[in-house]
Amino acid sequence: MKQTARLHIRRGGAGETPRVECFEVPFDPGYSLLDGLRWIRATLDPTLAVRYSCINANACKECMMELDGKVVYACTVRLREGDMHIGPLGNKPLVQDLISEIAPTDERLIP
Amino acid sequence: MMRLQTDVLVIGSGGAGMYAAIAAARDGCQVHLIDRSLVGRGGATVMAQMTVSVALGAECPDHWEHHLADTLKAGRGLCDVALSKLLCENAAARILELDAWNVGWARENGHIKQALAPGHDRARCVYVDFLNTGPAVSRTLRTQVHRIDAIRRIGDVVVTDIVLQDGEAVGAAGLHLISGEPVLLEARSTIIATGGLTRMYRRNSASLNMGGDGYALALRAGAELIDMEFVQFFPIGHLAPRLVGMDPIMWDPFRYKLGGRLLNANGEEFADRYGQSETGNYVLTRDVATYAIFKEVEAGRGTPAGGAYLSFEHVPEADLRKAFGPVIDRLAANGIDLTKMAVEVAPIAHYHMGGVRVNTAMETGVPGLYAAGEAVGGANGANRLSGNALTEAFVFGERAGAAAAERAKLGGNVAWREATGAKELELLSGRGRPAATTNTAAMIVELQALMADNVGPFRTEARLAEAVSRLDALEQELGAVPFHGTDHYDMVRLDWLDLRNMLLIARTVVLAAIERRESRGAHQREDYPGMLPEWELNQVFSHRDGKLALRRASAAKAVR
Repeated sequence: MKQTARLHIRRGGAGETPRVECFEVPFDPGYSLLDGLRWIRATLDPTLAVRYSCINANACKECMMELDGKVVYACTVRLREGDMHIGPLGNKPLVQDLISEIAPTDERLIP
Repeated sequence: MMRLQTDVLVIGSGGAGMYAAIAAARDGCQVHLIDRSLVGRGGATVMAQMTVSVALGAECPDHWEHHLADTLKAGRGLCDVALSKLLCENAAARILELDAWNVGWARENGHIKQALAPGHDRARCVYVDFLNTGPAVSRTLRTQVHRIDAIRRIGDVVVTDIVLQDGEAVGAAGLHLISGEPVLLEARSTIIATGGLTRMYRRNSASLNMGGDGYALALRAGAELIDMEFVQFFPIGHLAPRLVGMDPIMWDPFRYKLGGRLLNANGEEFADRYGQSETGNYVLTRDVATYAIFKEVEAGRGTPAGGAYLSFEHVPEADLRKAFGPVIDRLAANGIDLTKMAVEVAPIAHYHMGGVRVNTAMETGVPGLYAAGEAVGGANGANRLSGNALTEAFVFGERAGAAAAERAKLGGNVAWREATGAKELELLSGRGRPAATTNTAAMIVELQALMADNVGPFRTEARLAEAVSRLDALEQELGAVPFHGTDHYDMVRLDWLDLRNMLLIARTVVLAAIERRESRGAHQREDYPGMLPEWELNQVFSHRDGKLALRRASAAKAVR
């Protein structure tokens, strides 16, 4: 049976005043937060910035973000009924929405 | 706009790209190793949980000629034999080099352990426990790459075009995703190591960044693509319940070790209805398993999620624990208790046999442009032998790096003229247009749906023709000017750039599949069953003046 998660997502780019937008995401139990974010992009708002590579294998480690103030991998944490507060990593420079600058300094084009 | 210069440019940092960078650097070149994601963490290599084929002779006597015979047999008459030979003959050197770099190949009684995998005539496949081959290989290559000062690693740059000057590849143009700035990458030699195209399918076992972009880069630069109709499906990809934190193709080695039973919705074993029976062992070949599952679903005997059940319920818990190791706890975290329940599995897009046409120096025919790894077509013909994908990444990566370095060292001044790269830059300059009502992420979902439903492992003229018209509609919607979303890490623009490549490459798969009116290996036509001798040939695409051209070439059986 479908449940509904309310994702409160902190949005905006570097230097902008952040805003929180709320998306209602229907889901089947077991689906991941990343599944929900991908659903938002394909259904409601393709501009939502979120980075990931391996989708659900927890191999690439790109989808780190904060859920209710704790650092999580969006691909392994599950959606749940009710409110979920999501934002970019607090200890890394913000790029856009849920994307932070996570590359090691010596692997950046602009160090 | 930013501008970088180097000797050898490597696009993509999976197994092939990292190996190419190492090989080019040890031949004395400066290297830029570029990736659209994090360096050495995306692509297919890091996802590989299984085995690597190599005639080491550690487990039992073996010779690369036996490995070659199995590779050619699996390829159903279409292999480019010179490339297959290169793969098999050079496998041992690469596997032993990785061993010396402490990759940690599983050992038994003091020797590297080699397992028997489907399609091989003897125990030939090395691996790292448990389900850790890909991560271990990636970590090992990343460590080697880090140690070499001549390699500059750059992530978050998506390459959009190869730049040509006087008919030679002189580098590439790309978009730096973080800043939104265009980048020109000048190089004496350029290697495409971007992997395959499985992202074009709804369910796939690879990373997001495997969208066929390297094929599109090569094609637009004037290189040829070969065997594009042959997309390999893996029969028992995980389907349900939702499994996170693991690769969806993880079941195979366990099915192999423990004899997992494949059942339909009525709880019946069904393989014997399709010409092969399973007597508690895992003997079903990939193509028969894929066909059998599709047909059971079609007959209304599929599972709730539309696949088959895979059951280990008959296996004692202690045996499960021994075979699965720590994996059993990760399954428990997903609510999966194999002693009490079956999981649902279904075929999943896994690997692409087709790709950039190269010679044994990995030269594409466009001077200065090379390809390596899954981006290369030809070595595996109509069907890849299990275990050959990583071997191909290492061997072809090393070859491409060495050949590119040789050319770079001989190359004189390749300074760009003022106009060079201007055309390629045009696409990336300016803000682009607002997407209005178009949702680019939804367009990708539509592409994945049409490829899965109409251009999957079983094909008909009617479904392929429908695929063409749906591709036409998507192309129309995409237009020629990129959409714009945000200034930094613009997902909408990235989707647009990806769709530009994916729609071109999807079309090559569909058109080649329409033309090939027979069934062979991974290409099965329900309206043309059976393999025909007159189709023992390759189909080759080129791209001239914005148009695709398809020609036929007799299969390259001679060793060049």
